[in-house]
This record gives sequence, structure tokens and C-alpha cells, in this order.
Amino acid sequence: MSIPQCLVHAPHDSCGVIVVEGLKGGTDMLCLITENDTTFSLKALEDIPIGHKVALKDIASGETIIKYGEDIGRAIAPIKKGTHLHVHNVKTKRW
Amino acid sequence: MHQHSQRAVAASAAQTAGHLASQNYGDLTFHGWRRENGRVGVRNHVIILPLDDLSNAASEAVAHQIKGAMALPHAYGRLQFGKDLELFFRTLIGIGSNPNVAAVVVIGIEEGWTKIVVDGIAKTGKPVTGFGIEGHGDIATVARAAHAAKHYVQWASELQREVCPMSDLWISTKCGESDTTTGLSSCPTVGNMYDKLLPQGIYGVFGETSEITGAEHLCEARAATPELGERWFKMWQAYQDEVIEAHKTDDLSDSQPTKGNIAGGLTTIEEKAMGNLEKIGRNARYIDILEPAEAPAKGPGLYFMDSSSAAAECVTLMAAGGYVVHTFPTGQGNIIGNPIIPVIKITGNPKTMRTMSEHIDVDVSGILRRDQTLTQAGDALIGMIQRTANGRLTAAESLGHREFVLTKLYRSA
Repeated sequence: MSIPQCLVHAPHDSCGVIVVEGLKGGTDMLCLITENDTTFSLKALEDIPIGHKVALKDIASGETIIKYGEDIGRAIAPIKKGTHLHVHNVKTKRW
Repeated sequence: MHQHSQRAVAASAAQTAGHLASQNYGDLTFHGWRRENGRVGVRNHVIILPLDDLSNAASEAVAHQIKGAMALPHAYGRLQFGKDLELFFRTLIGIGSNPNVAAVVVIGIEEGWTKIVVDGIAKTGKPVTGFGIEGHGDIATVARAAHAAKHYVQWASELQREVCPMSDLWISTKCGESDTTTGLSSCPTVGNMYDKLLPQGIYGVFGETSEITGAEHLCEARAATPELGERWFKMWQAYQDEVIEAHKTDDLSDSQPTKGNIAGGLTTIEEKAMGNLEKIGRNARYIDILEPAEAPAKGPGLYFMDSSSAAAECVTLMAAGGYVVHTFPTGQGNIIGNPIIPVIKITGNPKTMRTMSEHIDVDVSGILRRDQTLTQAGDALIGMIQRTANGRLTAAESLGHREFVLTKLYRSA
């Protein structure tokens, strides 16, 4: 199998992790869901550093972010599919 | 959660020659030092343990004079009281009692509290002597303590390693400078190791109370009994109420997640907690909850220790609990070590491997490229644990990392 650019923990996650260095916007990424080893493709709309997350779907402000099949926080701005998802548009529901 | 990927893992693991999966993990052995109380150590340290901050200078002078002795300077030990003092004594006595330590010289400003630590360590049956500075001064104390230390170092140098089953190992875990790669690779690698070795009778421990926040429902469910899960949840809630709620700031002042975590791509504490919990694998259930620095007393199995998530504090507490090898997944490259227990670093982040590989003992970045399976990574870690137990110095040991940091509960009197 070719090397995936994006790994996703669980099938219904709304974000995935970029696992290669120097990912450029415009790349058609091979994404792999580790839980069931299925793959899909997704176009990255911007440069995203290794270890950072990409939105797998359009997400509305206030919507819960799902990773590992679990709630990991909420969107504080709309997030477009294929764009960088991080502290500028997502916040904890805890402290 | 990862059952499917483990199946894929098993399929491609079968293609790899010489991996440990074909062996019975119960047959694995290592060469360790069996101590007077039956516990087995993987290091043979003679330590000079200051009771208090004032005694650091004399302790370091003894360690400078006597080659092979190691001083463990620290910042506390004066005017502590109540539970904070209990934790302090438990930590010092636990460090001295750890089977990686052959013998101990304790030096304190006065003899009363020094004797408490000496008597606590003496229960293991190992050689230990204490010295008070008051009435003698540093120079005479150093001379007296150096004679004792020289005797211990020469005595310890003749102790022989013997073949021990893997089940004699107590293996702790705590991750640091985590990023999203730790939850995908290095933490599940530790979990895979626990899934393989806990059934063989090892002791395990995880902790980091604040860092379970977001995964507390999952951690509660991993208790051996519903009652224990309830106790765990109350302990976690107490930390939230008494520490977090009392002192919290927005985003905990970039402390959970840390600046390093955020640079590595972790966004929230919930996300970090999910990755953290990957360290306990798929099968194990924890059988008891330990106070900080408390030794487990319910037999082999996995334990939870109520502890800080700060690396040096947490590893020090686990060493004080009697654990002899530590497994430390890192993403962005935490460089921590410990003076008495080897800290094995595991990373899956290829950038960290490229930029700071001298700190890493086990590279599992192949998991991200899908050219290494989780079970292969777990076997690679078990192999490194075995080599480390046999005497291989870890990256942290060879680089001189000896972070010895005591946890303090509140201000001294």
C-alpha cells in the first residue's frame, strides 16, 4: 500500500491526522481509518504541518468535534472540509 | 477500538522473520539483581540521599569522593507537615527501597527525620545508614558518610545478576510532550506491550490524573470492578474540584495541553486524554488505585497512581512506588530521565526521529507509514525492555538525565 498522508482513528471521526512532513494545499491525500483499515481520498485545501488535523467534513460553529469516536471539543468557527482544524477554530469543553 | 487494525497487524506481522510474537512471552527472561526482600532490580545503584535541601551539598560531596555512588539532590524536606510530609517520607523511603538501589546513605541536617527515612528503607533488608550534620558540620559528616559509601560501593560491585522471569519486572508508563502521533503509535505500542506482558504476571502502572480529563468515562470503565471504577471517578472528581476548580485559568495557562502539545497538533485536553489512555492497551483492567508514591500491594496486574502529569514528578512517584523500568512515549521529544530507573523513550513522530534521535530508544514511526504493525512495535518495545533490564543504558541514562522531582501538595509551614 502507498504511504497514507492522513490517518483517522474511527469511522465517524470528523477529523484526521496528517502524518507526513510538508503536506501542501491541493494534495489529494490517501486517508486511512486505522480501526477498520479502509481508505478514502480527500483534497487538502491548505498546507498542514505533520501531526496537525484536517477536517473531514464541513463543520458548523458550535458543533462537537469527534476523534477516536469520542467528543474532543467544540468548533468555535465554521471549519471547511479539507482545512486545518486546531486551536484557532476548536476549543475544549472543559477548562 | 483497534481490533480491526490489530487483525491487519497480525497478518503482516506473520511476514516478519524473528519477531517475538512467535514466542511465548512467558518464557522471556532477563538478568537482574534479586534483593534481600525478593524483589528484582535492573540497576545496582548506591545512592546518597539527602533528607532535605540543606544536605544536598554534603551528599554531592560524598558522591564526588566515592566513584560509583550517586547523590539525589532535591528541593524539599523542611517544615513540611500533614499529608504533604507523609508523601515526602513515602517518596524518599520508596526511592531508597526500590530494588534498582543496592544500598543507601542518608544525610540530613538533623538525626530525627533522617532516622525515619533510614528505618523505612531498612525494612527491605538492604544496607542503609544515616548521618546528621548538626553537631558535626559538613566536612566531618562528609568524611563519615564517605567511609560508609565506599564500603557499600565495593560491596555492591560484587553482587551478581541472576536469570529472572519477565514476571519479576515492574514496568511503569507515562507519556510526555505528546502530540497526535503518540495516540496513533507510541502510546498504543506501550498498550500492546501491557496486553502481552500483564498476563505473564508483571506489575504495571499508569497515572496522570489531570490528563484523563475527557476520557474519564473510559478510564472508569477500565476498573476491575464497578466499585473500584466508582472510587477512581471520585478521586478524579476530587482533583477537579480541589485543584483545577480552585486554581484554574483559561486553557489552564497552556499547561493542559502544553505549548509543546499544541505545536505538535493536539488541540484540547479531551483529545490528549484519549491518546494518553491508549497506553493501557485493550485488555487490562486496573486492580487498585495507589496514592502518589505508594507501592502496589494487591499482587501482579495494572494499577492507577494518582499523580501529576508533569513528567519528572510522575516518573519519580512511580519509581518510589517500586517500579524498575519506565516506558515513556513521546511525540515532540520529551528528554526526561530518572536517576534510579531507566526511562525508555518511544516515538512514532518521524520529525522527532530526524531532529532529536539521540533521545529515543524505540522508533515506531513505521506505524504511521503502515510499514510496521502495532504488534511488531509492541515486540520491539518488549525487546528493548529486555535489553534495558539486562543492562543496556537508555538514551536518557547515557545523556545523564537524572531528573528527581518531588511532588508537593501545599506550602510548607
